[in-house]
Amino acid sequence: MDVLPTVWFIAVAALWIGYLILEGFDLGVGMHMLVSARGSAAEREGQRRVMLNTIGPVWDGNEVWLLVAGAGIFAAFPLWYASLFSALYIPLTLVLVGLIFRAVAIEYRGKHPGARWGRFWDWAIGLGSFVVAFGIGAGLALTTTGLPIDANGDRVGGPFAWLTWQAVLGGLAVVGFALVHSAAFLALKTTGPVRERMGAFVTKAAPVALLPIVAWVLLIQFTTGNVASWLLVVGAVVAIVLGYVAALRRREGRAFLGIAVFVALGAAAIFTAVYPVVLPSSLDPAFSLTVSREMAATGAAVYAGNSDYTLGVMTVVTAVALPVVLVYQVWSYWVFRKRLGAENLPAVHDIVPAVRG
Amino acid sequence: MDPLEIARWQFGITTVYHFLMVPLTLGLGAVVVYLQTRWNRTGDERYLRMTKFWGKLYLINFIMGVATGIVQEFQFGMAWSEYSRFVGDVFGAPLAMEGLLAFFVESTFLGLWIFGWGRLPKAIHTATLWLAVIGSWISAFFIIAANSWMQHPVGVELVDGRPQLVDIWAVVTNNTAIAAYTHVLVTAVAVAGGFLLGIAWYQLWRRRRDGIDTVDASGRVVVGEAPEIPGRDKLDHSVWLKSLRIGAIIAILGFAGTAVTGDLQAKLMFQQQPMKMAAAEAACETGSSFSILAFGDLTASDCSSVVTVLQVPGVLGYLANGDVNQTVQGVDDLVPQYEEKYGTTLPEGAIYGDRSGQTIDYVPLMYVTYWGFRIMIGFGALAAFAAAVALWLTRKGTVPANVWIMRLAIFGILAPFGAAAAGWIFTEMGRQPFVVAPNPTPGGIDGVYMFTAAAVSPGVTAGELLFSAITLTLVYLALLVVEVYLLVRFVRGGVVSAMPELAAKDDDRSDDDRDVLAFAY
Repeated sequence: MDVLPTVWFIAVAALWIGYLILEGFDLGVGMHMLVSARGSAAEREGQRRVMLNTIGPVWDGNEVWLLVAGAGIFAAFPLWYASLFSALYIPLTLVLVGLIFRAVAIEYRGKHPGARWGRFWDWAIGLGSFVVAFGIGAGLALTTTGLPIDANGDRVGGPFAWLTWQAVLGGLAVVGFALVHSAAFLALKTTGPVRERMGAFVTKAAPVALLPIVAWVLLIQFTTGNVASWLLVVGAVVAIVLGYVAALRRREGRAFLGIAVFVALGAAAIFTAVYPVVLPSSLDPAFSLTVSREMAATGAAVYAGNSDYTLGVMTVVTAVALPVVLVYQVWSYWVFRKRLGAENLPAVHDIVPAVRG
Repeated sequence: MDPLEIARWQFGITTVYHFLMVPLTLGLGAVVVYLQTRWNRTGDERYLRMTKFWGKLYLINFIMGVATGIVQEFQFGMAWSEYSRFVGDVFGAPLAMEGLLAFFVESTFLGLWIFGWGRLPKAIHTATLWLAVIGSWISAFFIIAANSWMQHPVGVELVDGRPQLVDIWAVVTNNTAIAAYTHVLVTAVAVAGGFLLGIAWYQLWRRRRDGIDTVDASGRVVVGEAPEIPGRDKLDHSVWLKSLRIGAIIAILGFAGTAVTGDLQAKLMFQQQPMKMAAAEAACETGSSFSILAFGDLTASDCSSVVTVLQVPGVLGYLANGDVNQTVQGVDDLVPQYEEKYGTTLPEGAIYGDRSGQTIDYVPLMYVTYWGFRIMIGFGALAAFAAAVALWLTRKGTVPANVWIMRLAIFGILAPFGAAAAGWIFTEMGRQPFVVAPNPTPGGIDGVYMFTAAAVSPGVTAGELLFSAITLTLVYLALLVVEVYLLVRFVRGGVVSAMPELAAKDDDRSDDDRDVLAFAY
């Protein structure tokens, strides 16, 4: 029976969608900090701090979605986890370095007033966010389009076998999406010049920046699409059109919502189209990893998942925990719901040794 | 180079490094929870100042633990894919539970705490910190449960050569996990104790050095103030003296806790991993004496050159079973038993690669286990002894003016960290050559074990592993420098570094502006 593996396929998809929506704007804010501040040095610094503090209280909670998505794959489909993570060894190492620098930068940037200190951490946040967005996008694209894995699930073809046009497409897809999504988020969460510029960025950049993610969705649909996945694509198109119109009218809440629903339905369309295969092998379809025991029983692919007992335990834990997580995460957004402007930020204070003489 | 060796070095380096941050996060978090709760109850400003100051250092350290923790979760799949496949039915679940039940709580509520000053009602704001710290303590439980399963697999059946989970309750109530978890928690408390003690000592010393505090003829402190230095008022003295005493007391209690829980662990280890305990002792021959000092070539696996020069009869037997007459099997007796049960050479098979057919050495590196075990106990005991001395030296309300004692107190912060690192190195390397150690206890599952040589990712090249090992090591080193730099700056700044409102300069924002954020990055 494929009930529990299917439940967990949906759960993993939901965790990734949650991650894309939530970290999508965190990563984009990081990149915008590097490229989208304008004006005098003091103005730029003010704008960067405004951007950073919109995600300040929530970014760490958002990042946990990545950890849980990764651990969820491990807990439910360990063969998928093992093959995908080892095949993507180099890009994931870079993603880890990006995550490390970004996390430390967010916490440390404001702990010292120097201009060079600030600049260094801006690069750490900006570049770190870019590398993470690109790497995660490439990884997700590859697990939906295929990797050269052998019968044991091990990558063949050397350390750069993953570097294909599909990987680049997926990387650009998440980077482009994060830039647009975060611009909508910043327009919604700030006042003053950041709000103006980011509101305009959404309408100017979206038609180009969202092309790669649209291309990725369509690529999957034309390969393995089905009626349900096409319906989701239609929903995604409706969402982005409504979101775009709202952005043109500077209805910031609706624009953000439209883009979030767009990526949720777009990603859902991809997962629906590839089901039940979670990692196609480009060497031999029989080496592909599937979440379907029935499919594996025919020899058409390898079952990547766990026993029903383990999946059942994880289902109970997730069914209890995840709704509670959603409640308190929503509450944290509610607590910090006010728009931020440069005038709201306390000055960065210097740390002077408490020493006499 | 052998990918296996690089992968092991990488795992060792990243794990030991991660565990520099973790015990401080766990221990200091609990301290700050206590301080803020006291402030909430009493309204005593000293507790507010302590909450802010120690809370700031907590955050500087916390983020490094978060950043380096992600590496751990990814590493299993990246570098140890065969391991992940073998244990996947059991091992992924605690990791996912850690995320769902602990990391979400920890990160979300810590964000609320950091930015919630002045925005949340006091009681709710305190509750957010409680939840964040409880989250971190829960996360420690799940990762220890996962690790303990590798030390002592329970709750599984062998199906088609792979362990299949049949009893999750057995995994989370594994006696090895309970002993190790409590051991880690009390270690964390001891680490935080040494941290408070060393830094508070420096502050009290600084106040004396700057002529703010003096001592009268009987040696009793005369508290003064320095109006020109923000924060160096009379209350400041009491902030540090209180911090110092809290630190010293929990350092002593924490160490006592490590002794009790460590003893529990040792007794389990004698049953569950007899070779690890024998190697910890360099106990070549069966007996009951505890070695104080051994010389010789501890790298030799046949024990031929180990000379024990000092030993205490009966102690080893007591450690093992609470009985001085209990004899404990030595390495020389254990090796043939292991060879008989688990073979003399690695099996032929794709997952062993070039390592197929290699002779298995069942004796862990004895100089690592022997000295790791002794450094752990020695540094831990030293820190606790120093804490007791510190309490006595400060009984009249301040610290001696001697700069060297102050330096020793600062240096002493490192001792519990060293003890913790040595403990992990001992227990992880003492498990070799297994990554999942067999469970020989009555009722144990026969055949659930895995050689480390079989666990590494077959498809990953030595070059890739070398790239990540070097990159991560360099990044970690650089960030350690940055973290220590920031910690030192904030420590030297005193309470005002975490409470700029104590400085004369007023926040010139309007009330409305301040209402949006009281704190910002």
